[in-house]
Amino acid sequence: MEKQVLFAGFGGQGVLSMGNFLTHVALNSGKEVAFVPSYGAEMRGGTANCLVTISDEEISSPLTDSPAMAVIMNRPSLDKFEGKIMSRGTLVINSSLVDRKPAREDLLIYELEVNKLLEGLDNERSGNMVLLGAYIEKTGIVDIDKALENFSQIFHGKSDEFIKSNRKAFLAGIEYARRHW
Amino acid sequence: MKKVLMKGNEALAQGAIDGGCRSYFGYPITPSSEIAEYMARKLPLLGGVFLQAESELAAINMVYGAAATGARVMTATSGPGMSLKQEGISFLAEAELPCLLVNISRGGPGLGGIQPAQSDYFQATRGGGHGDYHIMVLAPNNVQEMMDFAIEGFALADHYRIPVMIMAEGTLGQMMEPVIQRESVPLLTDKPWATDGCKNRKPNIINTLHLSPDVLEQRNMILSDKYQEIKRSEKKAETFMIEDADYIVVAFGLLSRVAKKAIMELRQQGMKMGLIRPITLWPFPDEVIHQAAPQVKKFISIEISMGQMIEDVRLAVNGMAPVEFMGRIGSVPSPQEITRRLAQMVEGEIK
Amino acid sequence: MKVVAKKPESLTEAKYHYCPGCTHGIIHRLIAEVMDELQIREETIGICPVGCAVLAYNYFNCDMLEAAHGRAPAVATGIKRLLPQNTVFTYQGDGDLASIGLGEIMHASIRGELITVFFVNNAIYGMTGGQMAPTTLLGQVTTTSPYGRKKEDSGYPVKMAEILALNQGSAYISRVSLHNPANVIKAKKAIKKALETQKNREGFSMVEILSTCPTNWGMNPLEALKWLEQEMIPYYPLGDFVSKKEA
Ligand SMILES: Cc1ncc(C[n+]2csc(CCOP(=O)(O)OP(=O)(O)O)c2C)c(N)n1
Repeated sequence: MEKQVLFAGFGGQGVLSMGNFLTHVALNSGKEVAFVPSYGAEMRGGTANCLVTISDEEISSPLTDSPAMAVIMNRPSLDKFEGKIMSRGTLVINSSLVDRKPAREDLLIYELEVNKLLEGLDNERSGNMVLLGAYIEKTGIVDIDKALENFSQIFHGKSDEFIKSNRKAFLAGIEYARRHW
Repeated sequence: MKKVLMKGNEALAQGAIDGGCRSYFGYPITPSSEIAEYMARKLPLLGGVFLQAESELAAINMVYGAAATGARVMTATSGPGMSLKQEGISFLAEAELPCLLVNISRGGPGLGGIQPAQSDYFQATRGGGHGDYHIMVLAPNNVQEMMDFAIEGFALADHYRIPVMIMAEGTLGQMMEPVIQRESVPLLTDKPWATDGCKNRKPNIINTLHLSPDVLEQRNMILSDKYQEIKRSEKKAETFMIEDADYIVVAFGLLSRVAKKAIMELRQQGMKMGLIRPITLWPFPDEVIHQAAPQVKKFISIEISMGQMIEDVRLAVNGMAPVEFMGRIGSVPSPQEITRRLAQMVEGEIK
Repeated sequence: MKVVAKKPESLTEAKYHYCPGCTHGIIHRLIAEVMDELQIREETIGICPVGCAVLAYNYFNCDMLEAAHGRAPAVATGIKRLLPQNTVFTYQGDGDLASIGLGEIMHASIRGELITVFFVNNAIYGMTGGQMAPTTLLGQVTTTSPYGRKKEDSGYPVKMAEILALNQGSAYISRVSLHNPANVIKAKKAIKKALETQKNREGFSMVEILSTCPTNWGMNPLEALKWLEQEMIPYYPLGDFVSKKEA
């Protein structure tokens, strides 16, 4: 099995960190992985994105035009990528920053008002981890427990404070997915 | 050993360190800067030398000096920086100074853009500066090879006393994949020609000036012999399903992996496609292509340029089969796009 | 209704791409206001660097070129020699001018080239993501001086205004700063004086402008202005270093 997931949003929303995190967890689960970020000036202009490939076998192409899943953090990214997602694929949306409904009817769509959830967490910055937690919980793309186990390794070198607040946000996302999706 | 996730640029830098490199001279430029930044962090801790030069022109001449001392030395850059280095590379080639050069390539001409490209193929494979010379050019296609080729590059450079270049699309420098670090690597070679002080020996001279026509010709013949030997011994390519292929795609670098995916897809649709991936761009692996040519209906050179390697493919095919071109600028084409366009290219003939 | 602040004619309508708190935008505006005041927009030709201001050709409403990294003074020379009656300026960062382009700026000044250079010193490479510049202060951490700039490895931060002031071809050399409104006004005066120096054919002119790069300094815009004032100005003193007319 090979799965490709696109993460997209504004530069600064932590979109690359989301992909980075998932890639690490998948690797630690014994999978073949590749992580391809958008880079350089492309990011300063506005949108940032990255593509994660997770596979049981050697990965030939780490690139694709039509990922099976997309995790979308803002409106311009939805406009840009909605049409590309593979038919019957999965679309996960931060509806706090996306002011329209997706038009595709052949996708599994999950929406989460990330900002609203963050308000209760006294943490404005970890919206990416909220959506990532919910996404992983819902799709099972990697084992959620494995993800939780990997937290301190992946964020190695960051402050305990930082890890704690990200973990809290991640758990909140899981919780949301369990209840509402 | 354990697999760790690394960015292509960082894997390359670590490979260089594993390959015995303790000196780096360079000037920042996207999308290659992480190599310099990695070296800035690591080399001082290893007692090595990291220096940010004032320009690529200075950097390549610092490499000239460091290589002359017998040290394993490298520099990395991209597009405009590689153009500035050409004068120095011509001197390095003639002085037969081993070193590792890296081009994490982006689109040109001029300032161009920072997106992945393969349009420095001519510059790399033809000897981009003045005079009659070549350098060896290796084209990795995954992050593990970024690391491995850096190690191998130093060994080749020392063995043949030649600058070796690693050329990779910007995306390959920026993407992350798991790598396994090698436990031990070959040690430094003895360099009796080095200008490191003439205690207990006659002075060594490293120069590139040969005013006498005879000496100049002699020098060019010596270099040419060396290039012939490298051509005999070092051509490298990877092949995929070419034995029964009617159509063979030639592609290098990250792009070769995307092409492979497209070929697998087309095989499933019943089209007999194969892939030849040059690993050494110079020397170009012409024999595999030449040998396959009589059985093949068509070769297709896929490149992120307007068509450069295709000239080498045509020389190798030598008229035995048509050679067509598919190119993009500004991005690595997706497997879907390659599949679609390859299908169109061969459709007429299959019917 | 009275217009209090209006966009100078010498700026286009294009929206800046600069990061929040970056001073490039202020400098663009000051130059444009002076171009308006001197009524030279239609005769002016500007040359962009390679650096964050590489897209400045979208912002200045006059003829503009882009040069290779560091080569703007050479390009400007070519233009000025062919069009001696026009006003020619370059706009360069510290990597562009003081590192890769040191040869070009030095010789433009040595020749007394009748061009004006706006030199933006933000002590770092902005566009490529925060590497060390020749103007980076000792101890300053950048991505290529991860342990802080050390004089043993990289020497001392270069004082371009002082260096170029030594060349007899230099007619006006000044260093200004943008850390508060009073200094912004002084900066504008220096910019005007530099362009007048060129008009009067007195010789080479340059204004070095101390600037902020909050993104790559890892600070918010206010902290960055404070850092400029407290760390940069003591090392890079403000004022005129050559002013031929006065002499
Ligand atoms: C020959 C060459 N080498 C390197 C680069 C990459 N590069 C682009 S801008 C830049 C330096 C930018 O710093 P600075 O001049 O200080 O301007 P700033 O971005 O800070 O305004 C570099 C190294 C290039 N474009 N061309």
